[in-house]
Amino acid sequence: MEIEKMTALELSKAIRERKISSCEAVKSVFSQIDKWEDKTQSYLDIYRKEALKEAEQTDKEIAEGIFRSPLAGVPVAVKDNICINGKRTTCASKILENFVPAYDAEVISRLRAAGMVMIGKTNMDEFAMGSTTETSAYQTTRNPWNTACVPGGSSGGSCAAVAAGEAFLALGSDTGGSIRQPSAFCGVTGIKPTYGTVSRYGLIAYASSLDQIGPVGKNTADCAALLEILAGKDQKDSTSIKRGDLDFSSALTGEVKGMKIGVPEEFLAEGITEEVKASFLEALKAYETMGASVEFFSLKTVKYMIPAYYIIACAEASSNLERFDGVKYGFRASDYEGLHDMYKRTRSLGFGEEVKRRIMLGSFVLSSGYYDAYYLKALRTKALIQREFTAAFQKYDVILAPAAPYTAPRIGESLKDPLTMYLGDIYTVAVNLCGLPGISLPCGRDREGLPIGMQIIGGLLQEKKLLCAASAYEAYRGRFETAAERGMA
Amino acid sequence: MKQYETIIGLEVHVELATKTKIFCGCSTEFGGAPNTHTCPVCTGMPGSLPVLNKKVVEFAIAAGLAANCKIHQFCRFDRKNYFYPDNPQNYQISQLYLPICYDGWLEIETSAGKKKIRIHEMHMEEDAGKLIHDEWEDCSLVDYNRSGVPLIEIVSEPDMRSAEEVIAYLEKLRLMMQYLGVSDCKLQEGSMRADVNLSVREMGTEKLGTRTEMKNLNSFKAIARAIEGERERQIELLEEGRTVDQETRRWDDNKEYSYAMRSKEDAKDYRYFPDPDLLPVHISDAWMEEIKSRQPELRDEKKARYMAEYGLSEYDAHVLTESRALAELYERTALLCGNPKKAANWFMGEVLRLMKEHGMDAEQVSFEPKYLADLMKAQEKGEVSPQNAKKVFERVFLDNTEPLSYLEEHGMKIVEDTKLLEDTVSRILEANPGPLSELRGGKDKVLGFFVGMVMKEMRGKANPAAVRACIQKLVNQK
Repeated sequence: MEIEKMTALELSKAIRERKISSCEAVKSVFSQIDKWEDKTQSYLDIYRKEALKEAEQTDKEIAEGIFRSPLAGVPVAVKDNICINGKRTTCASKILENFVPAYDAEVISRLRAAGMVMIGKTNMDEFAMGSTTETSAYQTTRNPWNTACVPGGSSGGSCAAVAAGEAFLALGSDTGGSIRQPSAFCGVTGIKPTYGTVSRYGLIAYASSLDQIGPVGKNTADCAALLEILAGKDQKDSTSIKRGDLDFSSALTGEVKGMKIGVPEEFLAEGITEEVKASFLEALKAYETMGASVEFFSLKTVKYMIPAYYIIACAEASSNLERFDGVKYGFRASDYEGLHDMYKRTRSLGFGEEVKRRIMLGSFVLSSGYYDAYYLKALRTKALIQREFTAAFQKYDVILAPAAPYTAPRIGESLKDPLTMYLGDIYTVAVNLCGLPGISLPCGRDREGLPIGMQIIGGLLQEKKLLCAASAYEAYRGRFETAAERGMA
Repeated sequence: MKQYETIIGLEVHVELATKTKIFCGCSTEFGGAPNTHTCPVCTGMPGSLPVLNKKVVEFAIAAGLAANCKIHQFCRFDRKNYFYPDNPQNYQISQLYLPICYDGWLEIETSAGKKKIRIHEMHMEEDAGKLIHDEWEDCSLVDYNRSGVPLIEIVSEPDMRSAEEVIAYLEKLRLMMQYLGVSDCKLQEGSMRADVNLSVREMGTEKLGTRTEMKNLNSFKAIARAIEGERERQIELLEEGRTVDQETRRWDDNKEYSYAMRSKEDAKDYRYFPDPDLLPVHISDAWMEEIKSRQPELRDEKKARYMAEYGLSEYDAHVLTESRALAELYERTALLCGNPKKAANWFMGEVLRLMKEHGMDAEQVSFEPKYLADLMKAQEKGEVSPQNAKKVFERVFLDNTEPLSYLEEHGMKIVEDTKLLEDTVSRILEANPGPLSELRGGKDKVLGFFVGMVMKEMRGKANPAAVRACIQKLVNQK
């Protein structure tokens, strides 16, 4: 089997059995990059030398019989909002164009400890704000299924890289759907874990109470294996939690007989395209065929999800992004008179349009006289949404929903109308507001051949249930080829 | 002119004496080369996250309990957003909505008597770094060693009416913190900082006048001068029929004048909101009890005990408890020598005199209490003259010298050599025939003169009582 067609677990098995070396795997990734990167523009930085060095090290260890983890030797890509010691980390923003952290994010320490090989940094929406990866200050990543289309966002680079075979696995981050939506658009699988499962230390914050790092891969098993490496309590992140159930792979039984699945009927009411809806209903049928029960229920808070999400996320972002001021690191405007002018010019020139929009929105909702009417009300709304989900999970094991109302839009279409773009997050934001785990996996293609994704949402700490449900569907549906395998447009 | 009343409330920042910073493991030590006590967290590096130092919470609770506060057993941290280069994240992690301590009071004592000053709240927050403006190079530098040092801010109600009350309140706070061991409260080093909120109103009226906030007060004297200056400035405005503007003013102690920093109109909107990087703090009953059980004896209790148990005068008890370090030194000496009153005399006399002479704080005094106790015992036994005891104590005080062997080595121990004493006395009597005849004539004052002469001749090695007896004996013989 050609290396690039393998899943991460197939590859790691071959590496362990010494049929393929980690170096060969890395070289295969580089040849895929050479082949496709011009078209997809997934990466901001590629670590050709270091990756080979790391791979050599792992090969040496494996020769000595040392297997650091089930994914030892497997190449992985990293979203550019995650700090790697000594490596430029920009969040795809001009304001951090020259920022090199002197510390590893906790997840990076964990990748290193697991013997995984870092290939490079992937493109993203600036500071993870966007749903298309078009707000990057550096380049436009293209969807490997159709390069006229966006890969989704904000983890568009990570998802496009996996889809194009330019990485076996990737790290993304998800604040309102930033792993799940691009996974759907690119026909790959991505998990947003329960809030607190993966340490945020070293993840440059967009909205602290919503951000989670998660895996992107070719299928559920690969994602589960990577999540096992990433997850765990970290003393450096006060919001990280200690869990005793991190053996996620054990849940991939494919057995859903008797599983109760709930589907919010509001999610299928309006805004969704016929093709996405049809594909989603097909998937529901598949579950019924496998012996699960599917029931529609009403989620009354749906219309408040987008406003609550954007108020809370922007409020936190407006504060989180204050540290980018030109004083200590990153970009500083060249002409200024005095401190305040320096701040103004640096931030005006350093941040892009969408980031500035969200900073202004967030500053507004926190300002005195508006705090109660917007921010506090959004927090209360969040509590209501949480209550509704808690009630739903008393009835259902998992909730199924589309990952996005449509397939990947054309490049240039979305940013013309930010509000419409925001509304596209309707199926994903509640998961973050409630801290729930969610997985996005492919469930079909539209008539243009663009992938359609569906989402499985679990109750708090119920990763295993959604992994079980996802693995069952994969077994039923059969292997979903990547864009690279199919040959890209 | 009308009679005016001054209304003052204080916001006091106290730096807590934890070993590490409030949200990271960096040292809080004062001094140190710029930016050496720093890490990604306290320099606001992207992706870094704060983790609360539990000790800060314990210190804050201890301070709150000592100031009769209620404790919010569920409290939170909020972000206070403002841009300034000494604040690396451009927000300060503080507490607005649920401060850890609230609704307390402290009792102060002034010439007018005792009075309760209510405390509105105490909250935890992080300190900022320090900006250094280099005029020569025309640039500003920032040192983040202080960034993230834990502070508590103590907000009083507007219950003070004079500079005297303000100073008494600050002294009370300072001593309380010192006794608790939560802060050394040094105004000069900035570990205690006070902002003064002041307004005036016509005597007898109810309504509060418009207040100003005064910053940059680095000593008790500066605070007293600033209060006087601001009171006069506001009264003058009112007398001229003008109004006081609500504003923040900066006191210049050299010019003894304050100038406006910012007015209410350009008051910043700090956009406070709960910090999502930190979990709410739950303070369990068990934790509260544990902290309560560890509360040390505070100043007022100690002072009362010195008066009741040791029989000290109120004045002595007051002075000896003015610093926890001094009180502890005194108490150990008193216990070792078994005579608290005499020990108090030594402290009130020699110890304070030497401290003053050498410009030392109580914290800098480090002699071994046992040495003073030994010296006191030796003096009691007649082994050393009071003059020599004082001389030796100076060595004890300054170099922590062991006093008994010092006495031996320097021949300062009283010798019971009757022959030597009698020889010396008769020699001196003979050498001073004038005074001798006066003594014989009944002039008792001259006795003192001879005692002094003999003591001097014998370099203090004689027991003054024995010298006195010997002189009288020889005078009567001759």
